[in-house]
Amino acid sequence: MTLEDLRELAGHEQDRQTKFRFRILYCSSAGCVSSGCDDVKKTLRAALDAGGFAETCELIGTGCLGLCGEGPLVLVQPGPVMYRHVTPAIAQRIVDEHIAQGKPVEEHRVNLADPFFAAQTRIVLERMGTINAESIDECIAAGGYEALGKVLTEMAPEEVVAEIRKSGLRGRGGAGYSTGLKWDIVRKGKADQKYVVCNADEGDPGAFMDRSVLEGDPHRVLEGMAIAGYAVGANQGFIYVRAEYPLAIDRLRTAIRQAEKLGLLGNRILESQFNFRIDLRIGAGAFVCGEETALLRSVMGRRGRPRPRPPYPSESGLWGKPTLINNVETFANIAPIIAKGSAWFSGIGTPKSTGTKVFALAGNVRNTGLIEVPMGIPLRRIIFDIAGGTPEGTEFKAAQTGGPSGGCIPKEHLDLPVDYESLATVGSIMGSGGMIVMDSTASMVDVAKYFMEFCMDESCGKCIPCRVGTKHIYLLLDKISRGEGSAEDFGLLKELCTMVRETSLCGLGQSAPNPVLSTIRFFQEEYTRLLKPPTEFADGGTGGAHASVSAEGKE
Amino acid sequence: MAIITFSIDGEHYSAREDQTILEIAREHKIPIPTLCHLDGLSTVGACRLCLVEIEGSAKLQPACTAKPVEGMVIRTNTDRLKKYRRTIVELLASEGNHQCAVCVVNGHCELQNLAYEVGLDHVRVPYLFPSKRLDATHKDFVIDRNRCVLCTRCVRVCHEVEGAHVWDIGGRGINCEIIGDMNQPWGESESCTSCGKCVRVCPTGALFEKGATVGEMHKERGFLKYIVTARNKQQWIATAHEEE
Amino acid sequence: MKPRVATAWLGGCSGCHMSFLDMDERLIELADRIELVYSPIADVKEFPPNVDVALVEGAVTNSENHEMAHIIRRNARFVVSFGDCATTGNVTAMRNRFTSEQIQQRAYIELADLNPQLPSEYTTLAQLLTTARPLHEVIPVDAYLHGCPPTADQIWFTVSELLAGRVPVLPPAYLRYG
Repeated sequence: MTLEDLRELAGHEQDRQTKFRFRILYCSSAGCVSSGCDDVKKTLRAALDAGGFAETCELIGTGCLGLCGEGPLVLVQPGPVMYRHVTPAIAQRIVDEHIAQGKPVEEHRVNLADPFFAAQTRIVLERMGTINAESIDECIAAGGYEALGKVLTEMAPEEVVAEIRKSGLRGRGGAGYSTGLKWDIVRKGKADQKYVVCNADEGDPGAFMDRSVLEGDPHRVLEGMAIAGYAVGANQGFIYVRAEYPLAIDRLRTAIRQAEKLGLLGNRILESQFNFRIDLRIGAGAFVCGEETALLRSVMGRRGRPRPRPPYPSESGLWGKPTLINNVETFANIAPIIAKGSAWFSGIGTPKSTGTKVFALAGNVRNTGLIEVPMGIPLRRIIFDIAGGTPEGTEFKAAQTGGPSGGCIPKEHLDLPVDYESLATVGSIMGSGGMIVMDSTASMVDVAKYFMEFCMDESCGKCIPCRVGTKHIYLLLDKISRGEGSAEDFGLLKELCTMVRETSLCGLGQSAPNPVLSTIRFFQEEYTRLLKPPTEFADGGTGGAHASVSAEGKE
Repeated sequence: MAIITFSIDGEHYSAREDQTILEIAREHKIPIPTLCHLDGLSTVGACRLCLVEIEGSAKLQPACTAKPVEGMVIRTNTDRLKKYRRTIVELLASEGNHQCAVCVVNGHCELQNLAYEVGLDHVRVPYLFPSKRLDATHKDFVIDRNRCVLCTRCVRVCHEVEGAHVWDIGGRGINCEIIGDMNQPWGESESCTSCGKCVRVCPTGALFEKGATVGEMHKERGFLKYIVTARNKQQWIATAHEEE
Repeated sequence: MKPRVATAWLGGCSGCHMSFLDMDERLIELADRIELVYSPIADVKEFPPNVDVALVEGAVTNSENHEMAHIIRRNARFVVSFGDCATTGNVTAMRNRFTSEQIQQRAYIELADLNPQLPSEYTTLAQLLTTARPLHEVIPVDAYLHGCPPTADQIWFTVSELLAGRVPVLPPAYLRYG
């Protein structure tokens, strides 16, 4: 297949779609699967067939529609009209009233003018909820693989790297390293073999950005990886995805097969000289395998344990070869940057944090789900406009970003712009995009304890500070939360947190104390009020009488 | 190979650019504590005892893997490093069951020496007193995981030097432990060559030879009957190694 | 008035006290310089008030140790963990891998020569705590004297320093476990 053939295929598919009067898209991502979209789909199918709409109305399983807290979600085009909490009974009504009579079922209709939708800027998620997640034709009709065609026909590898550098794109896995710079290092590496690896080992509690992208628009990631492969000179890619994401794995397998069949992956892609294969590697769900050096070891079939850097994977990665490793969302940004240009991309967001960021909203807010916002948007706008604020009668207390590696952002920093540098100034991180909102009912000590328990369980055990330190930090938090901690315990807690942060081998241990340090920074009073008063020993003293020794040392 | 110059603790040194900070420090008798490191085995940078400060870098670097660059200013013994080293040994002490008084390596133990080196007079975190497995099924050796500090020297020597790869790590975090083969008893291992290298590299009393503990001491006196019978009756009896 | 010194014996083997006696002729000098107000080697029933220095041997392993530790802390200005059991739990804490029930079964039933039976009331017999703990996990401790047992020289050094009005900082040679 050539680029012309690709465009012809896109045209055919667009024609096919216009033949339908209605397209009904039901969300088939994991969130809506768990709230029962399969039954909804069956009812819709049966009702459409029974009503004689099979020829005029297409039913499609699509990617995440965003408002996950209100699923199952169904979208009817044209309109579009979105429905929430769709049960089989509602599904029947959608067909009977909306499709048959043109009268939308108003009481289940979602207001698409709501800031939840209106305030978003969608790049990574642009095709989510508009195409069939399992159809490469629909993806191509919506512009898929156009950017790959462009780089293969019009651009030299160094031009691709330069374009990504100019875009200002930074790693969406959390650390925010310049993507273009990383590509450049791998491109310049001299080796007979190079690799491209996609980190899809999303593991933060409450985070599902990468999963949603893989489930809803897997070709977006494949295309980004192929462009990366071309740019850095790699012919082999791996996607490391966790076994807990069975649907994402399924969709990726389907997508890779489809792309290979059309010659968009494999040998002589789009009849060029470029070869690029992508294989899946399924992780067993260890959080530490999201750390790049541990991930690479796991890809090679070894135990997922990090190693000290340098050397960085870009110099010595898989089997000692230069290896480019980027996160799912980073790869998903590549095709749009190539297609629309770096100037367009860097015009979005802030000068240092360009583009958008996908967040998974969870916690005490009205709207939970998946959103994509421009970098630099004030936190207040995300929490109060997009997420709709905290539930009736409660007050916003803090937002946790970066999951177990991040920190909390209190009320007084609500106007903080959400970008890499600003979040760091308040002791948090961008992270991969989990955002958990807490209201006045939440105990910050419990929040810290929750995350520390997570890190303790997920520590690989290689280095001593993380293996044993997280255990003791957890025990101290538990003791304090039960009201049994002393002022000494609190002091030791702080000391251990600093020590574990500064001495651990990898990012997991280095960032594990962040939730504790951050909650101490902003909510110290919640800790100190739980501390028990010192035990009274002799004469109102508290024991430990170093000071009085000299007075007593008389003969 | 280029030669570079840099400073360690205020003194100027030069070295080949492929040498690690630890190698250079050892050459010049600059003390840096280590535990997982052992000359001859690969470096893993796991114990974090050899962390050093590098001027201009916020991150501490393990001396066993980090290499100096021209003009680098390295500090190996600041108050901050001393405090962290003490805490690391403290964490290790709390993690296992280290009863020096009844241990086979009492007086020859690297963990014990580290405790002295960092001035560990007591442990501030609660002792965890875990219940770890002891495996005495091997004919010559014992692994007592209660004394293990998970330095992985045994894992590395078995894989890298002996080539048998009997040992590896099972579990994760605080529940990590050294396992043999597919987590099988040592005595049933088909990969173990009984070479004893793991025992020799173990820094603590976690791996030791049988017969070394007080309770195991027994006197083999069968030789006496063997020799006396041979002398007196010119008979070579088969009881040579039987215990009297 | 001479400094009032006490020594106490919690969950340990009394080896530290034996080592104390190993100070030999130095004991005579010591007797001139201190008043020994409470000790397993002196027949005093109650831990007295207003003690200047208490050397406490053994881990805290039962209810009696626990109560005694608090009595000592209330009445002594300077408490020294005396030996490895007090400092680390040591041999006394080797039982922590088992439950109190398993320990009692072993001690009072399996190894009993006569009348195997489990203790049922604890008026005269102390009750085991869930785990044996080092002294400083139970009460604040001011200094640590290691060794199983500490040598007579270590003890002499520590006591001398205290009598000279200094917090004993053991020289590296005196820092030794086991």
